[in-house]
Amino acid sequence: MAFLTLEALTRIYGDVAAVSDVNLSVAKGEFISLLGPSGCGKTTTLQMIAGLVEPTAGRIMLNGRDITREKPDRRGLGIVFQSYALFPHMTVAQNTAFGLEMRKVPRAERETRVSQALALVQLSAMAERYPRQLSGGQRQRVAIARALVIDPPVLLLDEPLSNLDAKLREEMQFELRGIQQRVGTTTIMVTHDQGEALSMSDRVVVMEHGRIKQVDAPYRLYENPATPFISSFVGKMNRLSGIWCAGRVEIAGHVLPCAGFGLADGDKAVLSIRPEKIALAPFGRGQLDGRIKGRFFLGSSWFFTVETPVGVLGVSQPNLGVEPVGEGTQVALDWSASSARAEKASAAQPAAEQLL
Amino acid sequence: MSGARASWPPNWTPWLLALPGTALFAALVLLPLALTFALSFHVYDPATGVQDQVTLAHYIAVVTDDYFLTIFWRTLRLAALTTLICAVIGAPEAYILSRMRQPWRAIFLLAIIGPLLVSVVVRTFGWSMLLGPAGLINDAFRFFGIGTVRLLYTETAIVIGLVHVMLPFMVIPVWTSLQKLDPMVEAAAWTLGASRFTALRRVVMPQVTMGLLSGSLVVFGLSASAFAMPALLGGRRLKVAATVVYDQYMNELNWPLGAAIAIIVLVVNLIIMLAYHRAVETRARRTLG
Repeated sequence: MAFLTLEALTRIYGDVAAVSDVNLSVAKGEFISLLGPSGCGKTTTLQMIAGLVEPTAGRIMLNGRDITREKPDRRGLGIVFQSYALFPHMTVAQNTAFGLEMRKVPRAERETRVSQALALVQLSAMAERYPRQLSGGQRQRVAIARALVIDPPVLLLDEPLSNLDAKLREEMQFELRGIQQRVGTTTIMVTHDQGEALSMSDRVVVMEHGRIKQVDAPYRLYENPATPFISSFVGKMNRLSGIWCAGRVEIAGHVLPCAGFGLADGDKAVLSIRPEKIALAPFGRGQLDGRIKGRFFLGSSWFFTVETPVGVLGVSQPNLGVEPVGEGTQVALDWSASSARAEKASAAQPAAEQLL
Repeated sequence: MSGARASWPPNWTPWLLALPGTALFAALVLLPLALTFALSFHVYDPATGVQDQVTLAHYIAVVTDDYFLTIFWRTLRLAALTTLICAVIGAPEAYILSRMRQPWRAIFLLAIIGPLLVSVVVRTFGWSMLLGPAGLINDAFRFFGIGTVRLLYTETAIVIGLVHVMLPFMVIPVWTSLQKLDPMVEAAAWTLGASRFTALRRVVMPQVTMGLLSGSLVVFGLSASAFAMPALLGGRRLKVAATVVYDQYMNELNWPLGAAIAIIVLVVNLIIMLAYHRAVETRARRTLG
């Protein structure tokens, strides 16, 4: 049974719909990410759940209770703000205890729960420090402890990692997911970083222009993006337009193998293939010949841009410890028919936006 | 900066840049103050004027005379009351202002600062017209059956006038310190179960302590030395420190006594402000850094 339900949730500012008709059911203990570019309505959705923004229409149900019009201080949800919003004049322990104080928890119990929460985020030694004496990662963990100590039914995270540097962000991704799994709190995270959303969530909700575009497990979302927008927003994607013909896509005289969906012969089709699904082969021995235009070393992998008769394609290859072919080399691109998808080209979403 | 080479020859630029300001300050503040201080120790003879002999008689006369002590006490009381009322009105005003959206914020900010563009004397006469027995306020009182209330030439009138003049000096520092506060901090308090009022008291108020402190110091200092407001709204009978100094200089021509009063007011003012500053700041610094 759904623990938290959003029903036709809508928020209109002036004559602009920031969020329109958002429907979502979240199961108990689930980790959900709201993913989308800035201005897609994901933060507004989170703030409506938190009670900081009032919905124009729709309903929010929490554990069978309608909380749509409830004040934020009555909802009891744990929220980690993008800026962390710690109380600067209180110590780490006082910050963490604030929610318990508001709930009139007796002092002895309060102290036990605060020290448990700080132990959970590994900040026991910092209890008497002030937020200004902490690093960004430590502040973020105080914000998590402060939100979790009140045992909230739902934890809301608003871009929790965006203020951290790249290395710390990666560490905190795993740590945050670990904490969430240990505590088992139902969590909704807002992020614009697809890597974060994919690595941490049970399900990812992709939003665009205030609407939900797709809700799926990270792996399925990556492999079966519902729209061209999602395919290019989540991961990288090569997209080529051509004509569907006898189970293949024909582009400028080249016939490319792929799996087609809902296509009839002669339809205009868009072929999508991820860079890591393409292999480099010796010239003349693949699906498509080309010439290496650019080569970029990314540590764990190499990224190539390859000039072909149908356009420039991106190709990603794992770093196997051997220096691969250099720029200017004639190569062939090879892939299996099942790893490329062909779909009907919609008038609204022309295949013009290419990888590079 | 290592060794003698870096500090020799000395770098004169900062000194040169500070020179005009220092010279102005010395000529217009320190020198007159020193002269006043010296003057307060001179003997005064009603027949022949200021003498060359040195005496403490003026100070002794002032601190032992009930007439002056009453005036000092009134000055401090009125300044403290004005400061308190300004804080009570100004802090919420600044909070509301900081939560306003443009263009309302700019309009209201202008409305708060606007009065500073009008001369204090003009505003004071405006208040005399409003507060007088035939003024608008007494008209209203009569209309509602309260009857005529004596307002002009009372301490109430002085406080009303001072609050009006001093309010911007309280609103602006508090508003500035609110600008530095992340609005999400207040939202965080709500989501943790704090009511609007509790969030204000526990989270917002401690953050604006420093703004409230500097506002209070400015308002108190200016109120305690205000001249035009007490002189015009308090009348000839209700004297404060500034008006009594004026009387000694201009009416009694006893400049040394006037100087002694001025010095005493300055010292008392300084002691009160420093003590207050220290009390509030040490508390705030401990937590705000």
